[in-house]
Amino acid sequence: MRKDYRLEKRKYVIAGFLLFIALIYLVRLFDLQINDSKYKAYADNNAFLNKTVYPSRGLIYDRNGELIVFNQPAYDVMMIPRDVQQFDTLDFCNTLNLTREQFDTRLQDMKKSPGYSTYTPQVLITHLSAQDYGRLQEKLYRYPGFFIQKRILRQYNHKTAANVLGNIREVSQNDIDNDPYYQRGDYCGDLGIEKSYDTYLRGQKGVEVLIRDAHGRIQGRYQDGTLDVAPVSGRNLKLSIDLGLQQYAESLMVNKIGAVVAIQPKTGEILAMVSSPTYDPTLLVGRQRGKEYRNLVNNPYKPLFDRALMAAYPPGSTFKPGQGLILLQEGIINTGTAYPCSHGFISGGLRVGCHGHGSPLPLKPALQTSCNAFFCWGFKAMVDKRSKYGTPAEAFEVWKHHLVSMGYGYKLGVDMPSESRGFLPNAPFYDRVYGEGRWSANTIISVSIGQGEICATPLQIANVCATIANRGWFITPHVVKEIQDTVMAPEYIDKHYPTIDERWYHEVAEGMRMAVTGGTCRLTNLPDIAVAGKTGTAQNPHGRDHSAFMGFAPYEDPEIAVCVYVENAGFGATFGVPIGSLVIEKYLKGEIAPERKYLEQRMLESNTIIYSGVKKH
Amino acid sequence: MESRSTKLTESPFKGIDWFTVIIYALLVIAGAVSIYAASYDFDNASIFDFDEFSGKQLRWIGLSFILGFALLLVDARMYETYAYPIYTGIMLLLLVTIFIAPNIKGSHSWIVMGPMSIQPAEFAKFATALALAKLFSGYNFSLNARTSNYFKALLIIFLPVILILAQNETGSALVYLGLFFVLYREGMSGLVLLSAVLAVAIFVISVKFTETMVLGIPSGQFTVYILVMATMVAMLALYSKTTITARNTALGFVGSGIIVWILDLCGIEIPGNYYFIGIISAACIYCIIETLRYRVSKILAAIGAAVIAVAFMFSVNYVFTSVLKPHQQMRIKVALGIEDDILRAGYNVNQSKIAIGSGGFAGKGFLKGTQTKLKYVPEQHTDFIFCTIGEEQGFIGTSLTMLLFVMLILRVIVIAERQPTTFGRVFAYCVASYFIVHFCINIGMVIGLCPVIGIPLPFFSYGGSSLWGFTVLLFILLRIDAARRSHH
Repeated sequence: MRKDYRLEKRKYVIAGFLLFIALIYLVRLFDLQINDSKYKAYADNNAFLNKTVYPSRGLIYDRNGELIVFNQPAYDVMMIPRDVQQFDTLDFCNTLNLTREQFDTRLQDMKKSPGYSTYTPQVLITHLSAQDYGRLQEKLYRYPGFFIQKRILRQYNHKTAANVLGNIREVSQNDIDNDPYYQRGDYCGDLGIEKSYDTYLRGQKGVEVLIRDAHGRIQGRYQDGTLDVAPVSGRNLKLSIDLGLQQYAESLMVNKIGAVVAIQPKTGEILAMVSSPTYDPTLLVGRQRGKEYRNLVNNPYKPLFDRALMAAYPPGSTFKPGQGLILLQEGIINTGTAYPCSHGFISGGLRVGCHGHGSPLPLKPALQTSCNAFFCWGFKAMVDKRSKYGTPAEAFEVWKHHLVSMGYGYKLGVDMPSESRGFLPNAPFYDRVYGEGRWSANTIISVSIGQGEICATPLQIANVCATIANRGWFITPHVVKEIQDTVMAPEYIDKHYPTIDERWYHEVAEGMRMAVTGGTCRLTNLPDIAVAGKTGTAQNPHGRDHSAFMGFAPYEDPEIAVCVYVENAGFGATFGVPIGSLVIEKYLKGEIAPERKYLEQRMLESNTIIYSGVKKH
Repeated sequence: MESRSTKLTESPFKGIDWFTVIIYALLVIAGAVSIYAASYDFDNASIFDFDEFSGKQLRWIGLSFILGFALLLVDARMYETYAYPIYTGIMLLLLVTIFIAPNIKGSHSWIVMGPMSIQPAEFAKFATALALAKLFSGYNFSLNARTSNYFKALLIIFLPVILILAQNETGSALVYLGLFFVLYREGMSGLVLLSAVLAVAIFVISVKFTETMVLGIPSGQFTVYILVMATMVAMLALYSKTTITARNTALGFVGSGIIVWILDLCGIEIPGNYYFIGIISAACIYCIIETLRYRVSKILAAIGAAVIAVAFMFSVNYVFTSVLKPHQQMRIKVALGIEDDILRAGYNVNQSKIAIGSGGFAGKGFLKGTQTKLKYVPEQHTDFIFCTIGEEQGFIGTSLTMLLFVMLILRVIVIAERQPTTFGRVFAYCVASYFIVHFCINIGMVIGLCPVIGIPLPFFSYGGSSLWGFTVLLFILLRIDAARRSHH
């Protein structure tokens, strides 16, 4: 046999080729299996379906344990487009009470939504009624690719306090980006305490680890559920809101624009917080939420705007008690210091009008009669007192710091979203407007009576009132009294002391008591409850004066401090005082005395919204 | 046949290469286990359920052991004697199959006989190997002696290729191209294999790198030009008597390249195609002059190679877009990593990579692979069986499996080289070639390095025909090898 030894060497080439390829494959396998860990994650993603189990959202009660907000199951029809086979569309539509057109439109909308994929569950129809759910459930086996996802909707026992409660909505991409807890399709709180207490209310989602085959069919639980995590229910909230008082105050504010805030002075708990016009919180539940939300946004009276803590109003004469405190604290006046009032404050060609009362008069009668001139003179005496402060600017800064300590000009820190800080000018602000050193008390005299640049929210005014009721301290106002299984945060327990001595508060409180017994607030002089109060009539560039009132009762041991603010309603005495007195009476007595029913009736029936200048569409 | 076997007084196992038999047994057992794992369902049936893939495969394995034993009983000389009749018979069977086979997923390659169906293409492998061995063992046959010898060899190889292509089984047909290794071993010029490798390289480079541009031409094309120039210099150095020609050509290439590069830096861009074709043409003319001077005609091979390579490069684009079908283009693009079509053409490969990659070093454990259990990898008990091993046995399993195959093939080559007859040697190389092609293409495709070509992994992939086909190949080889001493 012939054997060519030159050719025999070619076995090395062939074997070499094999070994070379095998080496490449070995390197590749090493890279795939050992170097790169992402494939493990891919395989787990394929095989394991982490099904979210939604916890029930925390319930909301009022301060007396009355249930306000609870949960109701709702059912979404989901479909995985890839798994859907030919089905009887007509029967499907009939089952769900849909027309063929509605169904097609819905299908088109679904395909246009940003997260659309034929492989993942898509929401076809949201919030089925219980009847539709029942009918569909029976027939579901005929529609492969469709399933029903249980969700939770909010339900309300009382159509009240919408501004306080807020509502829930589906999370946006923004929410998902900002909080890793959220996934597409989750719900989060929107507005009110649903938003500010969302982390307590939402609980903790659970997860079920399911095994899924290549066709998306569920094969069972992975390791019999040992890796599953049970959901944790959201915490229940007990509000400080008194449901009855809230409803009563809302009814008084019907057909008026404005706000009512009632605080329990000793605790800082908000008893009622009304923003008017308000809306029905049940509108923002379920399938029609989008449409109704748009309607509310487009409503010219802006019902979504919580006037109690977002609207910055000129405080008007409700500002005067604070003024008095500063003047006493700074030693500009003492309890006997009297200033003249000649139907107003006249100084250097400047005139601030006032009304008829005795002159000259000291602080308490000035509060009683709401004398503009007294507070103008006092303010002027302080700001222009160069011997003590050097310049008006420095005097003004001292004045401002006292106000800040009372809660003006900054957010109080209420446990609600979107609180406004109001507005308190400082010296550099006037330096910019008038030039440095080119302004004095006369230039800015209107701030002394709560007009001009000064703005405060009804909540801030109510808080000042609560501080006076406590004779010198306040607790940051809040609407949540208790969170289930949680200790109350210290910021809603700690007392804040403004930079005013307690003794001066007694003086001012007495002045406010005199306003009720024989001054501007006589309408609130209840026979068996000692009320102290202060009216406010705030001029504003938008038409009729705003009517304001702040007051507390009982005088010796206050249980409630109220601020009422009604836009374009005229004098403080005409709307602010009656509404405030009715709220106080309702809270302290539980009912309105028969001889005051006429007042209640007048308030319920009156309409000041017509003066708002807003044209209804 | 009977008269022969009765004369056989010795045990049929005498002289058998037990090393090969052990590797064979290991591969078959590992294959059975893998099929059991691949077709195991979470609410599964027993391994002894003969309706299941694993049960059926056990039956095939049992039958293949009997078949192997039967083949050992046949006198080795019978194979040589009846090589051509066997080849002719099987070719006729392939031809008939085209017409009588039912359409199964577009292919007409299965003959259905009651509950059984067999694929004649798997048996054409050993028939072709026998015929080729017979051809080469002819008296004083030398491949390079006459051109007609090449013609005869290629006829034997391409007849089954054409018949199998007609059955629409492209993958199985491609396997026969592996027989070029046999031709190479038997004297075919190494340039053929080299140019095949170069052609694949040029194809891959010019199809894959089309994004970035160098000198106004795609970087792939640019690389091919450089490759052509390097090959030219290498061939000149190899074939001319002195290295002067090669050195001068190299200097010319590098010098002109530097000039073009400097001009490019100065903002004067020479169009790449003009430059490269110009400089390569100049080199060719220089080579012709040198050929005339030194009378070394082999230098002309360098010119030929350069011209063919450049022409091939220009035709690749045409072939790729106009000749190949869209799904073939897509498979190639997916394999080259140009396209990431995870949902369609690349789905199998992607899921298969996930399965293998998720196995890690030691694997998820027997029957614990989620990718395979939950049917994420299509064809996982047939062509993609390797990913079951990868997922459940990890890198240990895959590398051991590869080691077994490499050992088997190297052993077959050793057996081939120890054959006293050309018939035995050529047949053994045929066996080695088939295994090399199946090994390279199947595993390459499962780990995403080759385009998806549907051919099984020997002894692992589910299917009786494939298992029997390889068993026949191996046991005929063992029989011939066992008989080698009687020739001395």
